[in-house]
Amino acid sequence: MKFTQQHEWVKAEGEIAYMGLSDYAQKALGDIVFVELPRVGDSLIAGQSFGSVESVKAVSELGAPLSGTVTQVNETLEDAPELLNEDPYENWIIQLDISDPGEWDALMDEVAYEEFCKNAH
Amino acid sequence: MKRTPLYESHIELGAKMVDFGGWEMPIQYTSIIEEHTATRERAGLFDVSHMGEFEVRGRNAKEVLNQLVTCDLNLLEPDKIVYTFLTNENGGVVDDLLIYMLSDYQFLLVVNASNTEKDYLWLKEKAAQISYETTVINLSDTYGQIAIQGPAAQTILQRLTDFDLSQIRFFHFDMLTICGADTIVSRSGYTGEDGFEIYMPKAHATEIWNALLAAGKEEGIAPVGLGARDTLRFESALPLYGHELSAEITPIEAGLKFFVKFDKCDFPGKEIMQRQVNEGTDRRLVGIELIERGIPRDGYRVEKDGADVGYITSGAYSPTFKKGLAMALLRTDIIEPDGEVDVVIRGNRVKAKLVKLPFYKKKTLKK
Repeated sequence: MKFTQQHEWVKAEGEIAYMGLSDYAQKALGDIVFVELPRVGDSLIAGQSFGSVESVKAVSELGAPLSGTVTQVNETLEDAPELLNEDPYENWIIQLDISDPGEWDALMDEVAYEEFCKNAH
Repeated sequence: MKRTPLYESHIELGAKMVDFGGWEMPIQYTSIIEEHTATRERAGLFDVSHMGEFEVRGRNAKEVLNQLVTCDLNLLEPDKIVYTFLTNENGGVVDDLLIYMLSDYQFLLVVNASNTEKDYLWLKEKAAQISYETTVINLSDTYGQIAIQGPAAQTILQRLTDFDLSQIRFFHFDMLTICGADTIVSRSGYTGEDGFEIYMPKAHATEIWNALLAAGKEEGIAPVGLGARDTLRFESALPLYGHELSAEITPIEAGLKFFVKFDKCDFPGKEIMQRQVNEGTDRRLVGIELIERGIPRDGYRVEKDGADVGYITSGAYSPTFKKGLAMALLRTDIIEPDGEVDVVIRGNRVKAKLVKLPFYKKKTLKK
């Protein structure tokens, strides 16, 4: 599992990647009450915003961790956004068919991410 | 940053602290939704020590103060409170506040934390222009303030006093000894629930806070941060300064005509507000409920048939109704019951309809 600076996690299985929110992100946001998902087939560019998650107090943009095409969105989250609080690593937000595997190297591993979170506060 | 006397208690309770108008305050302890629900169903405990307190006193204090506020202080009695506004010459709001009538010559004013300094200077200057016999004293640094709100509030607070709390009616107060401290206890609050606001000497705040948490254990009392304080007041359509009220928004536009009395002496902006009542205003505060998915937020623009017709003053996810609701200041000519508008959320038009305020209403104890 790797992480972005926007506190998202990415897991890759071959060309397919799943992304979700990190535990740090869900804690910082608090009660998540709304998720705005992209459409299946949308093509994303690494770093660009493609949706949002909203807590009671705040709006947080979702950025694409890697470039690629959205192959699935987790529609369960539309009715149960609180799943992102309850189990952030089990509940992925989108599935991506990645177009540039080289981008994977730019992401942080767990150790680097842990350090990043420490400095973020 | 300023800290309230309960700062250490918040840290011990694991609160997430934020900067709120120069005060380091708890935004939440566990979760905004949990704290919101605890207050609606059981009891919530709030540190509101950041609020400002002034005493206005003098032989003619009532006459002087009456020329600066929209209520009629001649209708007030000792042991009663009134919600009112300090207004400017344009009818805009300098601040909204509570006035406690301590005696004919002595009034306690409770103002918004972020406006304390501005209000103090305003009051001092205006009072001095009217009479040198009335003094305004800033007591904000001497008071702690705690609110206990929710259906179990009275049961819990009753355990700390022999005085029969049912004797204190809505918007009335009494002087009570709590945990050995001299306090002012009023049946009032900012949540839409029954409850009390307690003013005590700063040094006693922690003891009273802990005593209330312990006394309410059985009822499931929860400490509540500013996050849920905002969603609670929002559902009850209680205005928040800087949102529904400001120097540029009059109480009439904000739908608070009830709190402006015209059958009294002059006060700043009286004529303008009288005209607004007689002739109507160009814009008015309304409730908005999203028809499509989304959460309306403060500042989002509102459109009708593609034309901009106003903006959202407070918008939120409502924990009680589990949907996006908002208060908005809209052009009066487009307002009609169940009228449809669009809220512009990050460039997308989201369908919404106009609804009655408040969103949430609960009967407060009246006698």
